[in-house]
Amino acid sequence: MRESLAATLTIFKKDLRSEMRTRYALNALLMFVITTLSIILFSIGNENVSPELLSGVLWIIIFFSTMSGLSRTFVSEEERGTVMTLHLIAKPLSIYFGKLLFNLLLLGGLNIFTVLLYLLFVSGFTVLNYSIFVTTIILGTLGLASGSTIIAAIIAKANTKGTLYPVLSFPILLPLLLTVINATKLSVSGAQFSESFGEFQILISYLVVLTAISFLLFEYIWKE
Amino acid sequence: MLLKLLLGLWLTLIIIAGFSFPITETPTNWYDLPFVPGLEDKARIIFFHVPMAWVTTLAFIISLIYGIKYLAKKEIDHDLISSSSAGLGLMFCILATVTGSLWAKFTWGSFWNWDPRETSIFVLLLIYGAYFALRSAIEGEEKKATLSAVYAIIAGITVPFFIFIMPRIVEGLHPNEAIVSKGKISMNRTMLVIFLSSLSGFTALFFWILNLRVRTERLEHKQSLKGD
Repeated sequence: MRESLAATLTIFKKDLRSEMRTRYALNALLMFVITTLSIILFSIGNENVSPELLSGVLWIIIFFSTMSGLSRTFVSEEERGTVMTLHLIAKPLSIYFGKLLFNLLLLGGLNIFTVLLYLLFVSGFTVLNYSIFVTTIILGTLGLASGSTIIAAIIAKANTKGTLYPVLSFPILLPLLLTVINATKLSVSGAQFSESFGEFQILISYLVVLTAISFLLFEYIWKE
Repeated sequence: MLLKLLLGLWLTLIIIAGFSFPITETPTNWYDLPFVPGLEDKARIIFFHVPMAWVTTLAFIISLIYGIKYLAKKEIDHDLISSSSAGLGLMFCILATVTGSLWAKFTWGSFWNWDPRETSIFVLLLIYGAYFALRSAIEGEEKKATLSAVYAIIAGITVPFFIFIMPRIVEGLHPNEAIVSKGKISMNRTMLVIFLSSLSGFTALFFWILNLRVRTERLEHKQSLKGD
């Protein structure tokens, strides 16, 4: 147990270090968010857009930035030809959780950046209940990271990686996306925290189910 | 051969009965169908649309079971069954979507309304589409089989969430409550008999096509092994 925990942390640190050296994913993703947000701001112009609609738009940005960034984790191992080495040094379980942790950190940082920019620049978007909003962002980030990590592992073995990623991820992430959009709508319409319990229950059970099934199936993907 | 002919005859009779039996307010003759408020003549869709949706689900479950079996035993035959079933499921899913959508146009006024059922069948279509996109993007038989089985399992796990999510977003319009409400079925015996025979007929049709497909896939697989 302790051994695999140490291995998980090692994989996580390795990914963090290699990301810090090149800053490939981070730079590209930050620019991606800025580009998307500016397109949205241009298209809004002086229109009055309801905060409910804008809470959907926020998750569109987050979904597509996830899709453009998180597939790298396993693809880069395939491209650099380091898969075999990873096979030798660590158990599939540790690799999966190491990658998941790294994706979580990357996505968490990215989402904080996106949300801050969004709150600052999109004038129609005012959150009335921050406790719902923050909980939604945290649970949404956890669920997105979990769902997209296992799909990234599948994608790494396929030929057309870039286009296939959103195609495969969308049906799996749809329950999560619908729920977080709903919860964000509740937070901008000033609902009480207890009103969004249903949403949080769905998000938590989604997270648990998806992580458990990924944990069970990752070995099959990894050994191919 | 005989079974095939019988199945053809069976489905022909269902189609004739489903389209031609009159719908009356007070069913007296053995061939009268009952009047369902709000559905009227459009209630006939139940004989065709519901079996399609049922077969779609059945095909997905069979595909899932054989996917799991493949992961456990790594026998390529299981993958042949799994992928054939998924292919048929996609076909029936399209049929269910089209029949449902046509019906929705005449009952709800538009082809698509994001009703909970429409959303779940849309997601099923997306999953089937993604499944085949994934299969075509992977080289190597075993790799293809393993990864698509894994994907089908992950996708299958997320589908039940819609049961809890969709009612929170839009109100359901689907008339299953007009037909079955509080455990009571508002179909008379004739309607029920046609409905159940249609359900069994299309299920039999599915298994017959599945059998044909699996057999041709097996032959193709054998041929490809010889070619190497």
